[in-house]
Amino acid sequence: MKIDKRVRDGVTVLDLEGKITIGKGDVALREAVQQLLADGVDKILIRLEKVTTIDSSGVGELVSAFTTVTNRGGKLKLVNLPPKVNDILQITQLITVFEVYDTEDEALASFT
Amino acid sequence: MTVQELHLALGSRFENVELAQAAVDEVIAAHGADEEARHWVGLAVREAIANAIQHGNRLDASKRVDVAMRFSGGVVEVEVADEGEGFAPEAVRDPLAPENLLRTNGRGIFYMRRFMDDVVYGSTAAGGTRVVLRRRIVDRLEGSQER
Repeated sequence: MKIDKRVRDGVTVLDLEGKITIGKGDVALREAVQQLLADGVDKILIRLEKVTTIDSSGVGELVSAFTTVTNRGGKLKLVNLPPKVNDILQITQLITVFEVYDTEDEALASFT
Repeated sequence: MTVQELHLALGSRFENVELAQAAVDEVIAAHGADEEARHWVGLAVREAIANAIQHGNRLDASKRVDVAMRFSGGVVEVEVADEGEGFAPEAVRDPLAPENLLRTNGRGIFYMRRFMDDVVYGSTAAGGTRVVLRRRIVDRLEGSQER
């Protein structure tokens, strides 16, 4: 999985591309979020538009990132869920846990 | 001629999950599975193999995961067996229970049961875990009365 990082309106946006799956994608996501926390970042938006597959380990990693950031007083939100990722979050009922937005502008506005 | 059966013997490394999924995907695509079926079967197969590697063989690369795929009458069947010490699937927590929703693991079997028509757990002769996944991937076979 490829992760690009950028900052917009004071929020760090992670653009994820590819598979969030066991052994590689999940580890990459964990390391990216841990690095942000180490750098003192507390507003994180994860853009999932180009994610093709998310397995149970990938879902676990998203949950872990969410709880870690939240427990440190930060915010982690999701934007641009592709249909199959949306299906997974619906099926696992995690759609009720995450703050999910359709557009990046809406998501960024929610941090203020 | 399309492949009716596939057998893979994998070392317990996560990169082999990709390999096995790709092999199964190629076969079910050749049998007419649509993109939806290919995606969800692929995810379920990934979960079964990842569980065998991680929880069954406990990441011991010298232990094998056997994958057998059969295709018959529009139904794909994938059997995954490990060399672990067995497993009681009924002991797994319900990942949808409110107290488990924020757990970071424990969703693999849920994935399999959700994406396949039938998931059956059993044991190998050596005491490892064997799971058999089935899903109808073609509604009706051309030239047959089967549904």
